[in-house]
Amino acid sequence: MDQSISFTLNGKPLTVATDPSRPLLEVLREDLDLTGTKYGCGESQCGACTVLVDGVAVRSCVRTVGSVTGKKITTIEGLSADGKLHPVQEAFLAEKAYQCGFCIPGMIMGLVGALQQKPVPGDAELLSGMHGHICRCCGYPNLVKAIRRAAAQARK
Amino acid sequence: MIMPDEPLPFIPSPEDEHQIIEPVEFDFGLRRRTFMQLVATGLAIAVAPWPTDAQEQKQQRRPDKSGGNNAPKSVWERIHIGKDGVVTVLTGKVEIGQGARGEFTQAAAEELRVPTEQIQVLMSDTGLVPNDGLTAGSGSTPRTVPAIRQAAAAAREALLELASKRWGVERTSVELSGGKITHTVTKRTFTFGELAQGEELPKTLEQATPSTAALTAVSDWKVMGTALPRPNARDIVTGTHRYSSDIKRADMLHGKVLRAPSYGAKLISVDVAPAKAMKDVIVVQDGSFTGVVAPTTARAQEALDAIAKTAKWDESPHPSSKEMYDHLRAHAAEAVPKNEFAEELAAAKKTLRATYHAAYIQHAPMETRAAVAEWKGDQLTVWTGTQNPFGNRSELAKALRIPESKVRVITPDTGGGFGGKHTGEAAIEAARLAQAAGKPVSLKWTRAEEFIWAYFRPAAVSDAEATLDAEGRLTSWHFITLNAGPSALETPYRSGKKLARSINCAPPPLRPGSYRALASTANNFARESFMDELAAAAGADPLEFRLAHLPSGRLRDVLEEAAKRFKWSERVKSKKKDIGLGLACGTEKGSYVAACVEVEIDRKQGKMIPRHVCEVFDCGPIINPDNLRAQVEGGIIMGLGGALREGMEFQNGRMLNASFSAYEVPRFRDLPELDLHMLKRTDVASAGAGETPIIVIAPAIGNAVFHATGVRLRELPLTLPEKMPS
Ligand code: FES
Ligand code: FES
Repeated sequence: MDQSISFTLNGKPLTVATDPSRPLLEVLREDLDLTGTKYGCGESQCGACTVLVDGVAVRSCVRTVGSVTGKKITTIEGLSADGKLHPVQEAFLAEKAYQCGFCIPGMIMGLVGALQQKPVPGDAELLSGMHGHICRCCGYPNLVKAIRRAAAQARK
Repeated sequence: MIMPDEPLPFIPSPEDEHQIIEPVEFDFGLRRRTFMQLVATGLAIAVAPWPTDAQEQKQQRRPDKSGGNNAPKSVWERIHIGKDGVVTVLTGKVEIGQGARGEFTQAAAEELRVPTEQIQVLMSDTGLVPNDGLTAGSGSTPRTVPAIRQAAAAAREALLELASKRWGVERTSVELSGGKITHTVTKRTFTFGELAQGEELPKTLEQATPSTAALTAVSDWKVMGTALPRPNARDIVTGTHRYSSDIKRADMLHGKVLRAPSYGAKLISVDVAPAKAMKDVIVVQDGSFTGVVAPTTARAQEALDAIAKTAKWDESPHPSSKEMYDHLRAHAAEAVPKNEFAEELAAAKKTLRATYHAAYIQHAPMETRAAVAEWKGDQLTVWTGTQNPFGNRSELAKALRIPESKVRVITPDTGGGFGGKHTGEAAIEAARLAQAAGKPVSLKWTRAEEFIWAYFRPAAVSDAEATLDAEGRLTSWHFITLNAGPSALETPYRSGKKLARSINCAPPPLRPGSYRALASTANNFARESFMDELAAAAGADPLEFRLAHLPSGRLRDVLEEAAKRFKWSERVKSKKKDIGLGLACGTEKGSYVAACVEVEIDRKQGKMIPRHVCEVFDCGPIINPDNLRAQVEGGIIMGLGGALREGMEFQNGRMLNASFSAYEVPRFRDLPELDLHMLKRTDVASAGAGETPIIVIAPAIGNAVFHATGVRLRELPLTLPEKMPS
């Protein structure tokens, strides 16, 4: 049964009418055409679908849309809404931390979430926090550089 | 000036005759009448078998040879220069993470002497671009880059010609640089845009042939050889790049396809009434195909679940992964040759025999198979992530029984392939669903579907046998590999007598297909492990033993360089407990690689932990050093997965580990210290680099485990025995 579900998406209040049990990921992609958030596994194993819910990085493939009622959601599209890249996006560009790029929006959102914590986590903690993200192109060396660059920026 | 050592064949050859392409057979329309009659009864419907046993049906099919041979005869088919001065390069190759888009930009910019920002590369749209064959076999660098350079160089000459004509001056007094044509005497200039006004430039380019103009020598490269970032990198980090799975069309619906519970299972009956009763759902049954279409994926899944419950299947026996190697041996498609080196065997100081195994593995690209299909009348357009857009077009035409001229396949830059996306099943499924729905349909395979129903890198059984004389020299080498395929089959080492043979298995237990480096990984694992065993038997150091059998040349060069950088000879002298050093080398697709590794043995956890990988790689002149490094690093780390953990497990036709939680691909924590070095040779042609770096990883690790523990591991993924010698 469809229900009206209201939340804030990338800074704008929004109401969708849909089945509340659908994954948030699917509603973002299919109903709201925010396709920057990706499907990689559907079971919280790869991180491709990562978005921020009230500032915390979550896997949108295992969150129902009904569960985000009243919450603030940020997707990759919301990071650079004003056309200016987020420092984490800049770090990925600077380190050329991409191959096919499919894992990248999720990686960026996961890292943005981690760097919003106070204090900013240390290197080891940050990297182990990223273990939940798979890059099947195995571009980890550049990803690690991008993570360190973004973290150094955040610690300033 | 033409490079003396760079013949630069213009006609792209078939990308690799070793590629394995086994499309799924669809049987649309064959039994439509029966189906209609049965639908009328409103009861459970008997349908024909779904082709789950596709892998049993065919011999290996070779890529369409025409695919590489109809390269453009005219420059205009490859290069357009717009009235705004923008240069458009057209290619049938696909960007799948390997960085081809950037390299093609560099190639065109180099020869046309224009800034890279003035170039756009239009890739893999069968309606617009030339057929450059598969994107596979590391073919983009050695074949497509030269083809683009030839066309761009010819365009450069045509522009110069045209400018001198317009000015009425000597051709030799006209120059092209920085995107401008200058008359050196009067300093008058033309931009590309100015020259492109009118019809003359397109006509000239149409008449120009790509093969006549001179190419820029490596020593004069200004754009090639630099680290140009990916032209669309910003779209990647902002999430605005649309992969096939992100394409949205007006009124688009979402599809799902009914899958068998196990390999080889045939559908006996399915009651589609529950799905039909859902107002917003369309059910499609055609031949052995059953699918549903709905406004959302969740709704389509609901409809599919409702009918999947009613499906009755006829399942057939299927070998399990535990008995797979025996199965392969028992199903060799031809007689396995006996070792006939009787003289060498009789005279040998030592004879060694060993068998090596490699498991089936899955590519598991981050983007699963996906397609959006849209019909306009009898015209079909499909956006799909594939390494083979023109091949997909043929598959679509065949399955849907329409001429190829009615099919257009567009491949947006795709979320990974690794050899795993040569066939077009998702495209065909989406097209059939869209045809029935009368609306565009998006179909995205789930991760489980990708693990189960995509094809696999074939498992391998390799039998190696060799003889040594009293001086520790190889006198004979006998190598038979079953089911893996023939890539990197021949040994590069000197031996008195040699025989190497690849034998297929029929039927193979799982649907086989290409993979990053194809059979090279399995064949090189067996060979390089066996070389280590032979070195031990000869009482020689693994490095010395190899060098004693390697003629001078590029392979020897990379091995020596890797050993030097790793300080092999010093480090191997002082042995530390549970720390092993191993090395391996190999060549494939015209490039050369060697690696030395340090591996720590964690006895408590039963784990091997690669601590340090030093790899030296030679692929000729480097077009983009950063991109090359990324490809090599990716290959090495992907190789760690296949070496240490990845292997499909199956029983009763069911995949037991079809998920990222059960099938563990490399993650951040698996990253060892990497020490990479590229030999920057300029006296040879550039070779592709996306594959070869992977082939030395598994044997180097296996050899390091032997060095640390004395235990020889002969199966991929490598597993320590439960009882380790102390
Ligand atoms: S798609 Fe959500 S974690 Fe993989
Ligand atoms: S860049 Fe391809 S999956 Fe990470």
